Amino acid sequence: MKCPAEMIIYMHEYLDEEISAENEQELRAHLQSCKECQTHFHELRKTIALVQSTSHINVPSDFTAKVMAKLPKEKRKVGFQRWVRHHPLFTAASLFIVLMAGSLFSSWEQDHEFSVSKQPNLIVQNDTVIVPKGEVVKGDVTVKNGKIQIEGQVEGDVTVINGEKYLASAGQVTGEIKEVNAIFDWLWYHIKKTATEVVSIFDQEEPEAAK
Amino acid sequence: MEAIVKKRIKQVLKGDQDAYAEVVEIYGEKVFQICYRMLGNRHEAEDIAQEAFLRAYVNIHSFNINLKFSSWLYRIATNLCIDRIRKKKPDYYLDAEVAGTDGLTMYSQIASDTSLPEDDVESLELQETIQREISKLPEKYRTVIVLKYIEELSLNEISKILDLPLGTVKTRIHRGREALRNQLRHV
Ligand SMILES: [Zn+2]
Repeated sequence: MKCPAEMIIYMHEYLDEEISAENEQELRAHLQSCKECQTHFHELRKTIALVQSTSHINVPSDFTAKVMAKLPKEKRKVGFQRWVRHHPLFTAASLFIVLMAGSLFSSWEQDHEFSVSKQPNLIVQNDTVIVPKGEVVKGDVTVKNGKIQIEGQVEGDVTVINGEKYLASAGQVTGEIKEVNAIFDWLWYHIKKTATEVVSIFDQEEPEAAK
Repeated sequence: MEAIVKKRIKQVLKGDQDAYAEVVEIYGEKVFQICYRMLGNRHEAEDIAQEAFLRAYVNIHSFNINLKFSSWLYRIATNLCIDRIRKKKPDYYLDAEVAGTDGLTMYSQIASDTSLPEDDVESLELQETIQREISKLPEKYRTVIVLKYIEELSLNEISKILDLPLGTVKTRIHRGREALRNQLRHV
């Protein structure tokens, strides 16, 4: 038996709920009389039911955390604003220090020159400072706009501002290693430094006053 | 839902990254689902779903806030899935079909230790078969079938997501259904 070609189209229209009443009538009438189309229609509906029966696959529980970890680093500005909102008192107090440190912004802008604290046994090659193997460098080492490669020992802190550090397996630093790379860190570094200086000024003044 | 999402997006636009977590939380499940059914592999699906959220975040300023965020997001996800499918070399394709059941096979292995009742084993096998057949569909049919029957989206929405005329979406759904019917009729 030859079926009207549009029957299959009607079936799909029906499945998409877009069939006109007239065509639906026609389809129903045809399905009553045609075994072949009945089977076809039944198979289509079964297919849909099968696809819809596939169970929901649960997303891994750490999915959101993984996505958040992959996002590019937030601009410091907002992180800072949020932080300020959560620490209003401390912010007010530190505003004083920030104002004092205000001039540092301009010094950051201009300060792109390579520089390093002076210690006799440091080797400087282009913009890389090397603490040679077997040598002991006494005191804090500060490198600005350059790299430091530590193969020997530093008795003190190492601070890298706007640069990179490389610590060889034999290298050793007795103090802290700090890297300051963004302007916010830079400012923070100075606030902390100022604070330490302020504290040490008070420490020094006390015995003097006691005299 | 869209209202909360739009509020969060405005926060993200102002630079508040944390607000994005809720957006990921809301749509993670759905995007993962689309990717899983498109790619048929749990591991790849997670990879691409993460990438979709990352792209959405990076391009968030280009999202028109007056439109539906989910449509925009699903578009990114489906495009990434299609790219991934196309990048698979033909010889890899065969592997991919086997790998298509990865997630479920892994589960049936775990499950077999705890000895599942007969019915569950049967239904797992059926699930694998269905996913394998979906994975065999050419990607243009696969996409519309997944969006329509897994995500239960309207034809109109699918046409927006894929940026295709409604008529094209209809044709693809019809052809997709017919292709699947041929593959699944004897199941
Ligand atoms: Zn017929």
